[in-house]
Parts: sequence; structure tokens; C-alpha cells
Amino acid sequence: MASVAMVVNGKSITREVEGRTLLVDFLRDDLRLTGTHVGCDTSQCGACVVHVNGQSVKACAMFAIEADGAEVATIEGQANKDGSLNVIQQAFQDHHGLQCGFCTPGMVMTAAALLKENPKPTEAEVRSYLEGNICRCTGYHNIVKAIMAASGQDVTAIAAE
Amino acid sequence: MANIRKIARRTFLIGSAAIAGGVAFGVYQLRKDAPNPLVAGAGEAVLTPFILLNQDGVTVIAPRAEMGQGVQTTLAALVAEEMDVAWADITVLHGPPAQAYYNQALLGIALPFRHYADTDFRHSLRQGIGQIGKLLHLQVTGGSTSMKDGYERMRHAGASAREALKLAAAAQLGVAASDLRTADSHVIAPDGTRIAYTALAEAVRDIDLPDVELRPRSEWKYLGKSMPRVDMLAKATGTAQFAGDVQIEGMQFATVRINPKRAGMVSYDDTAARTMDGVTAVIDLGDGIAVVASNTWLAMQAAQAVDIVWQDAAYPAETAGMMAAIAAAFDLEPNSTVRDDGDVTAAIEGTEIVAEYTVPFLAHATMEPMNATALFTGDRLEIWTGNQAPVMTRDKCAAVAGIAPEAVTVHTTLMGGGFGRRAETDYSVQATRIAAALPGTPIRMTWTREEDMRHDFYRPAAMARFRGVVADGAAQLIDGQIAAPSVFQQSSFRQMGQVPPGPDRAHVEGAADQPYGVPNFRITGHLADLAVPVGFWRSVAASFNGFFLDTFIDEMAHAAGTDPLQFRLALAEREHAPSAGVIRAVGEMCGWTGRNTRQYRARCGVLSFLRDRHRTGGRGRGHRARHPH
Repeated sequence: MASVAMVVNGKSITREVEGRTLLVDFLRDDLRLTGTHVGCDTSQCGACVVHVNGQSVKACAMFAIEADGAEVATIEGQANKDGSLNVIQQAFQDHHGLQCGFCTPGMVMTAAALLKENPKPTEAEVRSYLEGNICRCTGYHNIVKAIMAASGQDVTAIAAE
Repeated sequence: MANIRKIARRTFLIGSAAIAGGVAFGVYQLRKDAPNPLVAGAGEAVLTPFILLNQDGVTVIAPRAEMGQGVQTTLAALVAEEMDVAWADITVLHGPPAQAYYNQALLGIALPFRHYADTDFRHSLRQGIGQIGKLLHLQVTGGSTSMKDGYERMRHAGASAREALKLAAAAQLGVAASDLRTADSHVIAPDGTRIAYTALAEAVRDIDLPDVELRPRSEWKYLGKSMPRVDMLAKATGTAQFAGDVQIEGMQFATVRINPKRAGMVSYDDTAARTMDGVTAVIDLGDGIAVVASNTWLAMQAAQAVDIVWQDAAYPAETAGMMAAIAAAFDLEPNSTVRDDGDVTAAIEGTEIVAEYTVPFLAHATMEPMNATALFTGDRLEIWTGNQAPVMTRDKCAAVAGIAPEAVTVHTTLMGGGFGRRAETDYSVQATRIAAALPGTPIRMTWTREEDMRHDFYRPAAMARFRGVVADGAAQLIDGQIAAPSVFQQSSFRQMGQVPPGPDRAHVEGAADQPYGVPNFRITGHLADLAVPVGFWRSVAASFNGFFLDTFIDEMAHAAGTDPLQFRLALAEREHAPSAGVIRAVGEMCGWTGRNTRQYRARCGVLSFLRDRHRTGGRGRGHRARHPH
């Protein structure tokens, strides 16, 4: 067992974990933050994307102890302080950017990383950035639209619903 | 409605889906109301099996499961429309396994009719056969039937609840119920007095639910409009509960490794796995093993460490052999000849075209791999499982746990994708077997992605052979043969242990039932003898038949030197005027000029989709055509 300490969604936590514990299992099972999902366990699907020290990472491809001392952000910490949806979450709601919702946390976290790097991405840049995130309801169109809208761009030209 | 006994006898001759119900049950069961599975707690009122009212608000009990299609929102909107519930006041829960939630539309789709041309007789027949779903306790989310099934039923529930609330308020206010109106979750008196529904929960308990007429479409507030999804907030904030999110104190984590060749095991050696620190148990499941451990990843690693000798498959080892088995079905007598217009054997003058098409097996590949959480306590089983068939799940799990179905509690969670895959019960049964081997220990079973891809019930691989004749710029003949393993037969065997005789209409849907008037037009269905597991997958046979038929029609249009839209329009005009109208309208909407530019191709891609929606829309009840997602 090893001791890990990190700041998760602004809250300091310390836990004893087995060295082999993946970050995603640590978040889901130890901290009970089950919004971060596991779709493949092999870093292909992107449902487990979280931010570690501001960088988007696939939490199934990282050990919890590797995040020792880090600041970790998950979907549960994305809403505004008053509990209202943040601009990306709100855009997903406004533009019907989710269906089954399983890929959504990873999509929202990836979108947040993109908009931090590139506040006004083109549609092509959004699609390219999402290549590590799979949606199986095939709702990509509205996801792209939501992210474009969250960046403050006019999305009426991205085709009608 | 027509006499069900007569209908059952008729369906024996023409349908296959109906037979299991038609012969196995007496008519009296149909007339008995399905019991309401809900029991009101203190201060609560149960108003139909679909509505629960208490001091907190209105809870709609959805009879269908949410896998992303938005059904819980739509079913709630149907209730709210009649009941006058403010949208923000609605909570939606999935119902327990219960006969009351049977799907009355599911079996109707198995009838060998062209749905775009329903007559009154056929419509009654479809409804009559739907009643057999009640006998079978057919609580299934699938076949694109949820709206057809709930469209009137959920509104009737809302209307009855509304009138009952008015009666309760009338008694309190000392006025006639007919003088009261309802809006925004309140009953409103002529003097403006407002009583919240929540305040009437106690009083409305003892009022018999009146049967009332549904409101006309002109008065609708919610239906036909885009409503905020009820599941959106939880899904966007990470608080939505999927089956793998269940946390129970003392929980152990399991995975399975099942024969990818879908047979048994010759032998296995779990010595290495058992010595891994944190592994609790390796369980023999007959066709594979389950590992229980202190976390999911460890269980997966340990499952890989088990040395297993698999039995061989009952089907060819390679794709080429499977496709040969499918092609061999062309030489068998057809299972169905649902479409047989004119005479395709006649000598027709013109240009002959032939084509052969092949499509592969496809996995559902839901984002959330198969999983379930189960707790067996010796005499009771509680299971959390995202599933499309709660009654079947309950019964199959009860059987392997060796307890009565009544001793099983099924929590149908949200699904991270279903697409038909979660209409199967295999994963819930596995979780039950693991839990039953470790009584008192909650078990969360999760498949690896690899296990999920290897153990699907696939959309069948299929082949088609088409022959066509064009003359004078128009189609004169289409003779199509479709060969594939039968989803319907395999699925019936899995769920009911028997294969109903008769034609498998679903096998040729999307081809035999299209509104094209070709003078000589035949579609035959050939069922391949191939044991690769197949199941219901995202529109099932329409997913390949639509491709086969319409690609061939493009070939014919090309051979005829005719614009493909005009070519189809001519065929639809001969057969079904409304379908022709849809094709014309879409041509106008996308500015079709016949020029084959990329833009026009993309924008006109909705064409066949729209036509298909129209076809499945039943009797012109205003199902709105929509852009595909």
C-alpha cells in the first residue's frame, strides 16, 4: 500500500492505495466520483478523461500514485460555484450534445482542455481534437456544435438540427 | 376491438411472432387488468402504474428503459401534457419488472404487411396481436416501439390522474369538478384559488380514476416541441447512475472470461490466478470462468492468468466459411416471399442488371461494456442492471439463483448504450451466478472491452442477390434474394426455448416492405444455418436491406439513364402517394438538381431515412420526420 495525496475538484484528499491502482479506479471506487467512466480500459475511448495539473489525461492509463501531489479535476467539479452548469455543460444541454451520456463526462473534459488551448476553434479543429473520444450513439454532430457554441461562436451555420 | 380469440387464430396462419401467445394462453388472461405493481406509501397516491404523486412532486414511472434515445423524457411529456404538470416538477423512474408495463406495439411489427399501407383491418390486427404482449409480460424496450406503445397509454394515464385530482379538489372546495381547471401542477378554482397537486396526494388516494377523452392536438403544449431532457443535468454533471456506478459496502469486483468460440471448456488451470494477492475466487461457469477480486483491474488481470483450453465453435472458424454458409442459403427454399408482385419469372424486354452484396457481422459496441451489480442473500437477489427486458432478466436470474421471480428485485439503471444488446440477459445472469456463489457479498461484474466485442449477439452478416430489368427509363422487374442467419429465430430460442414456425418478416424488412411500385417485384428471405450468435442491432435487418435494395435501385437508375430521385419518385407514385410526396418534398428541401456534387449528395442523404420514418409512422399520425443524428 502507498499513501497518495492530491487535490480533487479543489478538495485535498489522502488515501492508502495499492500501487497498481489506476487513477480512474481510485476516483470511481475510493473517492466514489463515478462520473468518470470506463469504456475500454485501454485509453482508446476517452470516457475517462480528467484533468491532471490542467492537462487532459485518460485516467485509465495512469496510476493513482502518479497523480500524487497533483491537482485533479473531474466532471463532478465542472459546474459553477452556485451549482449552475458551466458554459460547456450548458451548451451540451442547449444543443442536445448527449444521448446515453456515457461518453459525456470525457467529452466535456476534453472540450474544456481544447477551449483552454484554443478559445475559438474551427469546426475542423474541434473534430480533430475529439479524435480520442468515442460516442456510440453517433451524436458527434451535436457535440461539435455544443463545443463551438461554448466557445461563443455562432453555430446556426453548422447545419440545422 | 375485434374478438381476440379469432384474431389469435388468424395470426396463427399469417404471423409467426403471435403463435407463442396464441396457443399457450387462455383468453381470460387478456381481460384481466394487469395488476398495478406500485404500492402507495404514507401520503402518496398511485395514479395508474405510471404516476406516483407525493409531497415532493409527480414521478412518472417509465415502462421503457433509457439508453440515450430520450424515451424517459418523451414518455414523461405524454403524461405531463394531459396532467398539466409543470415540466420542472417531473421526476422519471424506470418501472419494476411487471406485466403492467408490457409493450403492446412490439409484436405488431412482426406482421408481414407493408406498414405504409395499413388498412383498418390490419391496424386492428396489429393492435390485437399487441395484446398478446400482455400475456407474455413483454416488457421490452426495442423495435422502435416505445412511442407507438406509449403514445395513447401514457396520455390516458395523465388525463385520468388530472380528472381525479379535480375530483379531489372539488370535494375540498365544495364546487363541481367541471368548474375547475388545471395548469402548472395546480388545480385552479373559478375564484382563482390554487391547490398544488402535491397538496392533494393524500386526498386523491381514494378516488376512482375516471376514464376521459384525450385532448385534441390543437391544445398541446409539450408534445411536438423540443423539450429539455430529464436526464440531461445528471449526465452533464457526472451524477447519472449506470449499473457500474453502484457502490455497496463490502463489494467485491468481478469479471468473466467466456469461450470466444461460444462453446464450453475442455479444461482450465487457475493456479496462477488464485495465488494473485487480492483474488477471492475463480468460479467455473461452464463456458468460461469468473474471477472475483478486490478491484476490477485485478479481476481482469487474474482472468487473463487462467489457462483455459476452449472447446471448438459450432460454426466455421473463419469469415470465409461463415459467408459460404450464408451463400448456401440461397439454394434453400425461401422462408418468406413477403413481396411478390406481378411475375418475376416472366420474360421482360429491357436491360438486365445483376448485383450481389455482402455485409459483415457488426457488434453493438456500446460505450459502457456489459456489466451488472448483484447481491444474493440466500433467499433474495437484488440486481442493478441496465437492461431492455426487465421481466426476462428477472426470470432468468431467478432461475439460476434457484429462487422465485418474486424474490428478485431488478433495478433497471440508465444504460451507456443498449442498441438491442441489452435486450439480452446473459450478462445479468452471469452477475447473478457469481453473486450466488458468494452469498452475502455484493458483486460488481464488469466485462473488458475485448470480452464485449467477442461476446456480442451481432447484427448478422448478410448477402443479397438482385436481378433487375429496366426499360423505357423505368424499373420493370426486381427479384431480390436475401440470405442471413435469422435474428428472430435465434432470439426466440434464447428467450423462450422454442422457434416459432412461419415466415420471418423481420428478416426482409427494409426491402420487402418498401413503397416502390415495380410491376414485377419479388423479395425472398433465405435463412442461413449458421450458429454465430446474432441479435437485434440498431434497426436490425433494415440496416442491411435498405442498403441492398436502394443501392440496387441506384444501379437500375444508372442503367436506365434516369435521375435517381426521379426514378424513385416514379416507383413511389405507382405504389403509395404519400411516400412519393415525401420524396418530392425532400428533393425540394435539399435543392436536388440531379447534379452529383458533393454538396447535394450530403444534403440529400436524409432521403431514404425520411422515407423510412414515414413508413414506420403507421397510420399517418403525424410522426414528424427528423434529421438523423
